[in-house]
Amino acid sequence: MSHRSFVWLCLLPLAVVTAAFFLLPMARLVVTGAGGPQGLAGYLAILVEPRYRVTLINTVLLAAATTIVTLIVATIAGMFLQRHRFPGRAVLIAMLTFPLAFPGVVVGFMIILLAGRQGLIGDFSNRLFGEKLVFAYSIYGLFLGYLYFSIPRVILTVMAAVQKLDVGLEEAARSLGAGPWAVQRDVVLPALAPAFVASGAIAFATAMGAFGTAFTLATNIDVLPMLIYTEFTLAANLSISAALSVGLGIITWFILALARSFSGSAVAAAG
Amino acid sequence: MSAEAGHGASVRIEACGKTFADGTHALEPATLDIASGETLVLLGPSGCGKTTMLRIIAGLEAPDAGGRVLFDGKDMTAVPIERRNVGMVFQSYALFPNMTVADNIGYGLKIRGMPDKERAARVAELVTLTNISGLENRRIDQLSGGQRQRVALARAVAIRPGILLLDEPLTALDAALRDRLRGELNRLLRALGITTIYVTHDQSEAMELGDRIVVMQKGAIAQIGTPREIYFTPRSRFVAEFIGAANIVEAAVEDGHLVLPGGRQPIHCDGDMPAAVAMIRPETIHVAAARSASLSGTIDSVSFIGDRQRLVVSGASSRLLTVDAPNTVQARPGERIGLSISPDAVRLLPPEN
Repeated sequence: MSHRSFVWLCLLPLAVVTAAFFLLPMARLVVTGAGGPQGLAGYLAILVEPRYRVTLINTVLLAAATTIVTLIVATIAGMFLQRHRFPGRAVLIAMLTFPLAFPGVVVGFMIILLAGRQGLIGDFSNRLFGEKLVFAYSIYGLFLGYLYFSIPRVILTVMAAVQKLDVGLEEAARSLGAGPWAVQRDVVLPALAPAFVASGAIAFATAMGAFGTAFTLATNIDVLPMLIYTEFTLAANLSISAALSVGLGIITWFILALARSFSGSAVAAAG
Repeated sequence: MSAEAGHGASVRIEACGKTFADGTHALEPATLDIASGETLVLLGPSGCGKTTMLRIIAGLEAPDAGGRVLFDGKDMTAVPIERRNVGMVFQSYALFPNMTVADNIGYGLKIRGMPDKERAARVAELVTLTNISGLENRRIDQLSGGQRQRVALARAVAIRPGILLLDEPLTALDAALRDRLRGELNRLLRALGITTIYVTHDQSEAMELGDRIVVMQKGAIAQIGTPREIYFTPRSRFVAEFIGAANIVEAAVEDGHLVLPGGRQPIHCDGDMPAAVAMIRPETIHVAAARSASLSGTIDSVSFIGDRQRLVVSGASSRLLTVDAPNTVQARPGERIGLSISPDAVRLLPPEN
């Protein structure tokens, strides 16, 4: 056996796996999406049909809001955790990154325990104002759930980036007269930008496509993964759910690709 | 360049020590006066406390309780670095990677709210002064090491600081470039007239740049003096060996002579001492005929360096003696030679404690 054919033989399993579990289903999905009564126009329906369009916009807004709030919270926390040494720091970091271990169902369950009908927040507001505050079963509950599992990832990324930050840059800026805010604005945040883009893209992709949390909270939340699920299982609308799937995939892929071209480093999808 | 000159602040550090959180004494309480416009070099091996002292002056570290830092007689101890008006050049240069060369140089001026037009003029002035014309719009990662060094210096000087602090600014460069930039830096510092505090572990840098040198050892000041004083009259064995090449000779002193295995060397000393330590610089030892000299030994090795040759001589002292001889002297290993040393060239050092 020649060296070359040996290499090809080694690549065979990869080729089989790629074809069987990636290329074929993707192709099938794309074909199915165009297989409805409207044909290729089925894809257009995602944008034209008000229900689909609203859901699409909702999902993107939810993902964007999750990303922005996650970045703000996680950057401040990550910077503090990386720069300060105090008793209990290791425990705190372990706790903050704990949600990484949970599947979406558990996160959803925790949101219900927090903001559901028997939730902590409801109890508390009932005692204070005589009214139960319940928002677990809405898009706000979902937002909270996504925050919960996006923050740990971003904190870890930001901490790694802060660690690599040259303290000399901040000292140089200060020596030139820059106060604390100016140092953050002109030196620290620009240096952390690649980390923001990379971890923000992951947070966005996760919030776009995560299903477990949404499904646990309620089946009538207007987000794309839920819509795909209901179209598929309840309405048996195969072509529309396929078209929606492709649309979701393209948006997420586009964001990740954009992030990759900005940061240059590998950005892996997650969720 | 005359517009630049003569606005250096005087610096006084008073009983400034530094103990880090983990209990290490980086700096024993030290007091030091630096005159306006003076270039003071803090010299010593790594870990001697020189950078800590610089950072205390800069305001990047606070001295232990009781220590004070004064600029022009004004207590600056509690003033943060951003309000001390010091220019600082870091060993890593710490140039902002997200800004162009011009933006780096102009950053301190922008922070001070200088109008764009004025700022551009000042940046142009510094670009010329530091010889980096044409690089204004480059990104930092497009610059060579020497260019980065110049940008860092221009950025620090742009704000017209009262004090310029340089932390091993040439260490990151290769030897040839370092020598060239050292000369340039020297001319620039003289022209600017800013009070300059320069940290280095390189004694030749210290000699060329410093009006005075502070030699530091293990967190304490070992000696303060002009380059000549430090070189010719070191106060300790550490200083003698750290600055230039030095032969350290341990011997008894009897009526004005060092008693050595290879003979008796006259020195300036009246009393007798059973165990004295003396320093003799290699270039002060002259090769003479073995018979006529009061001190003699055997050549162990000869290294031809070009402008001179370095002989290692055994048998003269209890240790090997290094002798810098003119390159015209004929010397072969194994030969017996005489050594003539002027009494002025032998410096007695205080015994180590």
